[in-house]
Amino acid sequence: MTLYERRRRVGAIYLALCFASALFGIGCLMVILSTLLVEGFSGLSLAVFTQMTPPPGSGGGLLNAIVGSLIMTTLGVAVGAPLGILAGTYMAEYGRFAKLTVVVRFINDILLSAPSIVIGLFIYEVIVSRMGHFSAFAGAMSLAVIVVPVVVRTTEDMLRLVSNPLREAASALGLPRSVVIIEVAYRAARAGLITGVLLAIARVSGETAPLIFTALNNQFFSADLNAPMASLPAVIFQFALSPYKEWQQLAWTGALIITIAVLVLSITARALGGARTAK
Amino acid sequence: MVDVAIGDVGRDRAQKLAKTLSWLKLQDDGFRLLTLSAAIAVLLILGGVIASLVVGSLPAIRAFGFDFLTVQTWNPVTEKFGALPAIYGTLVTALIALLVAAPVGVGIAIFLTELCPYILRRPIGIGVELLAGIPSIIYGIWGLFLFAPAVQKYVQPPLIAAFGDVPILSTLFAGPPYGIGILTAGFILGIMVIPFVASISRDVFETVPAVLKEAAYGQGCNTWEVVRFIVIPYTRTGVIGGVMLALGRALGETMAVTFVIGNAHRIAGSLLAPGTTISATIANEFTEAVGDLYTSALIELGLILFFITFFILAAARLLLMRLERQAGA
Repeated sequence: MTLYERRRRVGAIYLALCFASALFGIGCLMVILSTLLVEGFSGLSLAVFTQMTPPPGSGGGLLNAIVGSLIMTTLGVAVGAPLGILAGTYMAEYGRFAKLTVVVRFINDILLSAPSIVIGLFIYEVIVSRMGHFSAFAGAMSLAVIVVPVVVRTTEDMLRLVSNPLREAASALGLPRSVVIIEVAYRAARAGLITGVLLAIARVSGETAPLIFTALNNQFFSADLNAPMASLPAVIFQFALSPYKEWQQLAWTGALIITIAVLVLSITARALGGARTAK
Repeated sequence: MVDVAIGDVGRDRAQKLAKTLSWLKLQDDGFRLLTLSAAIAVLLILGGVIASLVVGSLPAIRAFGFDFLTVQTWNPVTEKFGALPAIYGTLVTALIALLVAAPVGVGIAIFLTELCPYILRRPIGIGVELLAGIPSIIYGIWGLFLFAPAVQKYVQPPLIAAFGDVPILSTLFAGPPYGIGILTAGFILGIMVIPFVASISRDVFETVPAVLKEAAYGQGCNTWEVVRFIVIPYTRTGVIGGVMLALGRALGETMAVTFVIGNAHRIAGSLLAPGTTISATIANEFTEAVGDLYTSALIELGLILFFITFFILAAARLLLMRLERQAGA
């Protein structure tokens, strides 16, 4: 074999491996999604959306879990997103060259990839053990702590993309800094800011670990923030590990609902972000 | 008389203007202060996480001291707790995950930047990144009902048969094929973190100046040689940083692991045996923990996990920052 042939063969082998790994990645996505569709779709019925989670051995739905997930996610995002947007605003607008910004960015990155179960322990220590009982409020707060770093990151990035001449033009009209930020910078970066919030919603709507010891779970319908509350991920966790066929079926159906919601959110976020950068 | 009237009107307007201006200034300062305090709140959250974990684990630290890190027993009845099996399981599953995710992720990145036709780059890139968005509990339930049984049936028996007579490997792949266990958990973690490695590697591969690659092609290199001798050396720190970020993810991941690891508090020589990780132990036992010492031991596990991920992440950031500086220079 000549050197040339050898080089060609080695190259072909490695490139084939790269091709195979891409195939493997896409294949995994396909396998997981198709399993979810096959297993979850058969359990999808009106009862899933109208009935409560059942006791073992009988039929039922996921209404209380779906409502619980919606309540806690909404509350968590309502607390976390404004805080994140404000912090990101400071970093991109006021403190662009400040030491504090560098520190906050580093800390934020740590928070962004801190294990979510550790966030759950933190909220347990701060809220649950102080109040003496599990509550939907504690669950929502643990989600809020997860929302903050995601939103801070995207807000800072998106505000930095707003061109400076735009701000200078507004300042030249005599507008104060805060008005320039709110009326000009926020407006210019709107799509990006919404993208960040959508990504945060997608991230927390599937979170399980921090919920299982802050909001715990609840077999019954509850809108009381001061009491334990069911959520889809926690119900999936409990039902999937149970020996009952009906529960396992509901776990699959719940998994399908969450995945569809998360994928729709992240594709929407991507479309918005893509439109923004394309302009 | 007329002069005085005009002066009054002027003074009125001036006062109004001054009022508006001072109100605007107040609003301006208020907004600035609001954003500043939000930025500081981010710092306080991290401080709060560390402080609450330390305070929560004080009883366990007092009771077990340094032994907590070296003892294997985990007995809630006698309240004797040691973290070693959980730490071992965390590190080993993360290592297996890396062995799966690093080559596959870098392979995908090479495919996307060098081989893939332009029309397909965006859809395939998005598809891989969507994998990162799927909630970890989905990987858990998929792993429990489909992946683990498949591994038990098709992967583990051949492994046991193939390595049964080889020294060292025979202990790693020994025992009955349970399906669930450390190897399966590591594999699922690997699949979960592939997108992180892939997207960071792709980003840093795109920082390689086209001139460098063209020069190599001009010398007669083929595509693989350009990747091997130009792209990878140029981006080495960035790729390692990305792999370490993925490692951080794999270390802290909870739900996907909890479903398939088997939750056994012991260190088995075999990778096929059930084990546990820090996060799986916390998820499984926290709500059932009775007594302060039990809860406190679990919180100390959380503290250890946080420190491990913290150091890995800090190292990864430093590497990525160094690459950025290099790209800027």
